[in-house]
Amino acid sequence: MKKKYKLPIIASGPVHPLQEEMEFFQLYVDGETVVDIDVRLSYNHRGIEKISESLQFDQVPFLVSRICGICSASHPLAYVQAVEEIAGITPPERALYVRTIINELERIHSHILWVGLAGHFIGYETVFMWAWKYREPVLDMLEKITGNRNNYGNVKVGGCREDLPEGIDAEINPILDQIEKKMDMLTKAVLDDPILHARLKGVGVLKKEDAVAYAVTGPTARASGIPIDVRRDDPYAAYDLVDWNVCVQKEGDVFAKAVVRLLETFESIKMVRKAMAKLPKGPIAVEVKEIPPGEAIGHAEAPRGETFHYVRSEGGNTPARHKARAPSYVNVPSFKASCIGEKISDVLITLAAVDPCYSCTERVGVVERHTNRVIFDFDKLLQLSREKTEKIRKGI
Amino acid sequence: MNWKIWSLKKSPWVFHVNTGACNNCDIEVVNCLTPKFDVERFGVTLVGSPRHADALLVTGVVTAQAAPRLIQAYQQASKPCVVFAIGACACGTGIFRTGYHVVGPVDKIIKEVDPNAIIAFVPGCPPKPEAMISGIVKMLNAL
Repeated sequence: MKKKYKLPIIASGPVHPLQEEMEFFQLYVDGETVVDIDVRLSYNHRGIEKISESLQFDQVPFLVSRICGICSASHPLAYVQAVEEIAGITPPERALYVRTIINELERIHSHILWVGLAGHFIGYETVFMWAWKYREPVLDMLEKITGNRNNYGNVKVGGCREDLPEGIDAEINPILDQIEKKMDMLTKAVLDDPILHARLKGVGVLKKEDAVAYAVTGPTARASGIPIDVRRDDPYAAYDLVDWNVCVQKEGDVFAKAVVRLLETFESIKMVRKAMAKLPKGPIAVEVKEIPPGEAIGHAEAPRGETFHYVRSEGGNTPARHKARAPSYVNVPSFKASCIGEKISDVLITLAAVDPCYSCTERVGVVERHTNRVIFDFDKLLQLSREKTEKIRKGI
Repeated sequence: MNWKIWSLKKSPWVFHVNTGACNNCDIEVVNCLTPKFDVERFGVTLVGSPRHADALLVTGVVTAQAAPRLIQAYQQASKPCVVFAIGACACGTGIFRTGYHVVGPVDKIIKEVDPNAIIAFVPGCPPKPEAMISGIVKMLNAL
């Protein structure tokens, strides 16, 4: 390993071009080819598990929904399922459906968001603007249902805090139709575009063996031909009560990840429709007296993969131990397999492809280790990426 | 009016620093730039370097590891520079108040290096894009 320190390094971060969280990537490059990658984390570490031990069981969902703003329905759901298992509570059926509807709306907006940002980073601004425009009706819908565009805070131990507002079923179907039509157009535009084929196919391939070895989850695993999905494998909420399919692709490249996410959007739209149609009447929560001593796990399929929560209670008001594992935690190390051997201009989109919580903050520099001289910055990398798209566009 | 302030108000370029946010505020910041809200109509645009920026949009609590990076970004920004603390966490650490890795809200960290810094607060969890636009407009009018 001594040899790699003589190679030039691209320092990417910590105020980062792609990810929401500050993350620090060091790309060891040989010419234009990346030969090794280091990932350094914890800029965003807020000590949530420790804070959680000082909050009451009912307050923790508000905290865990702020682990990740985009998965802010999945994290509380996983936590609440763990607590419900300790206390032996079964939430009423209507609450399960409401949870499913909110989670699927969240998945729709998260996947559309990813498609937009992926377009942004390969220099396809039209896709970025389209996708973010078509995402807005979903956010409006969520605002109508929960009162907030993000951070819904609608899940509590024993059920849901708020019922769906009256007359929502009349409003939600036209909006879903509208989103489906627009997404249909966007999907065709993206999947049939020769530029995107040339730009994304065969880039950042995560082989099936590697995907298993790094234990990746969610769309990242499903794009590598591993048909895992918590919603099907260990059904929670109302996922076993509505019909849907797991979308799997074999190739493992960035294009396959885009296809999986786009197809899942349609599955989610279908699921929301079916859940709305089958929505039973009745209460939305049961009363919880106390949480007995015990321990349990809860997991849910967030848009990025499986989110996992472990809760231990010692009979008090607060969890004695609470452990959360977000999907990006296992997806990020897979860069070690997918980025190596790629060109620098392809690394951006490969890093983006696992959707590890985004940011639009930009600063990348290529730094020579012995002189600390900055050769590239992020704008230069972005320019490289876009030039390649332009070159391909001309060639076609 | 100072000519520097006059030119800053004309078309404020913003740089976005995430110091430990949960992505929510960041997504809403990007939402401001996309077709529904489209602040580029008013000359507000996101730039890739603090050296080009008239304003810093800081989201999230400042964690121990992110604080030096925030200070560095602030020092690199050309002055006068307006700092927008966006979201409940940036304004007053919010729900993460008791976290051991949290060193404080944005204004505390920035005031340590520059006591005269101009700081605006946009509360909310996350603030809606309308609130952010309103915050920026109010700040620019107050300058």
